[in-house]
Amino acid sequence: MTWVNDHWGDIFTLARSHVWLAGLPLVLGLLIALPLGWLARRWSRLYPVLISASGLLYTIPSLAMFVLMPLVLGTKVLSPWNVVVAMTIYTIALLVRTVADGLGSVPEATLQAARAMGYKGFRRFFGVELPLAVPVIAAGLRVAAVSNVSIVSVASLIGVAQLGNLLTDGYDRYIPEEIVAGIIACVVLALVFDGIILGVQRLLTPWVRAQGARS
Amino acid sequence: MIRFDSVRKQFPDGTVAVHDLTLTAPTGKITVLVGPSGCGKTTSLRMVNRMIEPSGGTITLDGKDTSRMNEAELRRGMGYVIQHAGLFPHRTVLDNVGTVPRLLGWDKKETRERSRELLARVGLAPELGDRYPSQLSGGQQQRVGVARALAADPPVMLMDEPFSAVDPVVRDQLQDVFLDLQAELGKTIIFVTHDIDEAIKLGDQVAVLRVGGYLAQISDPAYLLAHPVDDFVADFVGRDRGYRSLQFQPTPRLPLAAEPTVVLGESTDGLAAPWVLVVDDSRRPLGWVEPAKVSGQVTESQLHRGGTVARASGSLRSALDAALSSPSRRGVIVDDSGELVGTVRAHEVLSLIEATDRPDEDRADAFAAEESP
Amino acid sequence: MIASIIDWLTSSATWSGEGGLGARIVEHLWYSVLAVAVAAMIAVPLGLWVGHTGRAKWLVSVANSLRAVPTLGLLFAVALWLGPKIQGDLAFLIPSIVVLVILVIPPILSGVYAGVEAVDPAARDAARGMGMTGGEVVRQVEIPNALPLMLSGLRSAFLQVIATATVAAYVGLGGLGRYLIDGIKTGDYVSTAGGAIVVSVLALVVDGVLALVQRAVVSPGLTGRATRRRRAEGDRAVDGPGTNSRNPDARSVATGMSAPADEVAPSADQTRSSTSTRQ
Repeated sequence: MTWVNDHWGDIFTLARSHVWLAGLPLVLGLLIALPLGWLARRWSRLYPVLISASGLLYTIPSLAMFVLMPLVLGTKVLSPWNVVVAMTIYTIALLVRTVADGLGSVPEATLQAARAMGYKGFRRFFGVELPLAVPVIAAGLRVAAVSNVSIVSVASLIGVAQLGNLLTDGYDRYIPEEIVAGIIACVVLALVFDGIILGVQRLLTPWVRAQGARS
Repeated sequence: MIRFDSVRKQFPDGTVAVHDLTLTAPTGKITVLVGPSGCGKTTSLRMVNRMIEPSGGTITLDGKDTSRMNEAELRRGMGYVIQHAGLFPHRTVLDNVGTVPRLLGWDKKETRERSRELLARVGLAPELGDRYPSQLSGGQQQRVGVARALAADPPVMLMDEPFSAVDPVVRDQLQDVFLDLQAELGKTIIFVTHDIDEAIKLGDQVAVLRVGGYLAQISDPAYLLAHPVDDFVADFVGRDRGYRSLQFQPTPRLPLAAEPTVVLGESTDGLAAPWVLVVDDSRRPLGWVEPAKVSGQVTESQLHRGGTVARASGSLRSALDAALSSPSRRGVIVDDSGELVGTVRAHEVLSLIEATDRPDEDRADAFAAEESP
Repeated sequence: MIASIIDWLTSSATWSGEGGLGARIVEHLWYSVLAVAVAAMIAVPLGLWVGHTGRAKWLVSVANSLRAVPTLGLLFAVALWLGPKIQGDLAFLIPSIVVLVILVIPPILSGVYAGVEAVDPAARDAARGMGMTGGEVVRQVEIPNALPLMLSGLRSAFLQVIATATVAAYVGLGGLGRYLIDGIKTGDYVSTAGGAIVVSVLALVVDGVLALVQRAVVSPGLTGRATRRRRAEGDRAVDGPGTNSRNPDARSVATGMSAPADEVAPSADQTRSSTSTRQ
């Protein structure tokens, strides 16, 4: 524990940038995946195209993705934006399918009823389809969050600082305690993300809990 | 013959599904177990092929205690049909049907031939054999399920609500196919259903179970409808049982009246009756027509097709129904080849019913009700 | 920059020799296949057992929660702990392979388990009722029906292994990761990016090949391909008129009523949809 006690400040700073590097792409990815998923739903021909495209992006190994970002973006090799953009791409790749399938899980009868009541276009999307798809989308987001927290730690290999630095530094300087601290910090952060998403989902879908209580 | 002797099933959580069941399913007959949910009918069925092991009593198959038989062999000797068919989605229809023969070590060619034959038997077109279950309708899947159970020609069939997941019209078709098959094959069948109408239609004997696996009454369907032993059975067999029981009373000689007819395409001019029966060239009834409302040749579109047609050799129920449903109030009666033999009026059928005895009391002894304590 | 990367990728000097690109690709594939094979030997029987018996489901939950552990941390911890205990070159190889195996057990295990779990209970019940032994149920019903999800698990296992083997170059493993790790250390962006491109292409190719394998071995009855083809032909599944006309007891035959059509067969698009994490 001595190492940890001496380095609380460092751990906190690294954790803060880890939150940014893993969290910002989650938000950006969700914002981009929502319209894409909606499009995939709306035009069924687009669905297989978007799904295979995101499957291909998801195939690219993380270190390779980080390393190739400057080539694509024209950024500096050490820029944290390389990590943010790469993580956003992974998030989108994971979420497009989830959003499309989530919107597809809304019962047809509900959609018909909404149409019959005069809900149109955007209002129907935000008022009916999206709220009902929240449980599915949130499940996908939780997978993405846990995955993002883990992948971001790899960025320490390309020199972008976050909790992964505890791992590389611990290995380089042979401080097992530092590695263990890094692992625990990452797991805790993943749990926090998971908990936040779960909490927001509960707030957004009060009817799900009502069903649970009744049955 | 399958015999339940004081069979009991208590599950590990303490619930007793079947308390003490004693009954016999005679060889070559259909025994239907019927009752509300929780009456232990499915549990009882599944104890026969030891999908569930009884916790007390014995079940014997032709005198042999099933608990001493090899489990797999016991099951391979019994056809098994379940509610959702349970077809293997990864195998073609033909391969599904051939499952048990292959397990028994038949060669491929023999199995395929047998499977093809069975598909035809259950009324499926041969080209369906190469499809996968997901490409079939629910009714077709159930037919395949029945064919698969029959594949190795087992002497016993266990059927657990096989027709209850399909819509009523298809269910009726399936029941008819099933009765035809049974008339040919004469299997020893135990059939579980929650539907009393199905039980009455299919059963040679019907066992009504009450919650907890108590046998309330076992008898042939006609006797069951006429003489329910207690309120529970009376309630369960339902409201129209008087009318339904007519189904089991063979028609005595019906007082048939000759019916003036007109052949389709001929003219009705000059006919005075308000309703005239239209037949085809071989005197098969097609429908009724009102001469007052048509002139010239009778065409298909003018036919009133509302009435049912009963066979002279059929039941009093079908004769009465023919009279009640006919627009002329005269029920159309045909012979076994479908040719018109005459008409009958409802009051005539009713007086026949009144003159006939109710199902005889003696028959109760044939399937003595074995009441559980 | 792009031009020099292309030069690097196309130069024969890059490809040849003991530390050349060709050799590195072979190495990378070798590690991946080795790790997935070892993991599959553990995870496949385990998943089949859990799925078949319904016992010890917590194993799957535990395996899945392992996914929250950062790969990099696991890699370094095992390398530090095991490395010094092993002599020679194996000191680099064994810790990395051990980590790769640990990493891909969860996707394979949960794929197999989810596949077996998803088998229609009615099909399993029918299989037992027809007299299949436990082993026959597993071989003839559960495995073929679980194949789509099993192979999806295997695919994501491969992707994960290829990605992590790259990172494992940091603890001394060979393979394509060498170009990335060494390139970053020496500031040689050309070989770093070149290696990154090659490893990405490798991942895509492996995934594509496995997708083809999946297509070939999974029964068309499960993929919905067969259904779609029929539907395209406009072929409706209709129950024939049946045999009710031959009925012994002519329960009032309705006049002029044609045999009703059975309901149209439902679509059975059971295409896999399992989300998986990767590193």
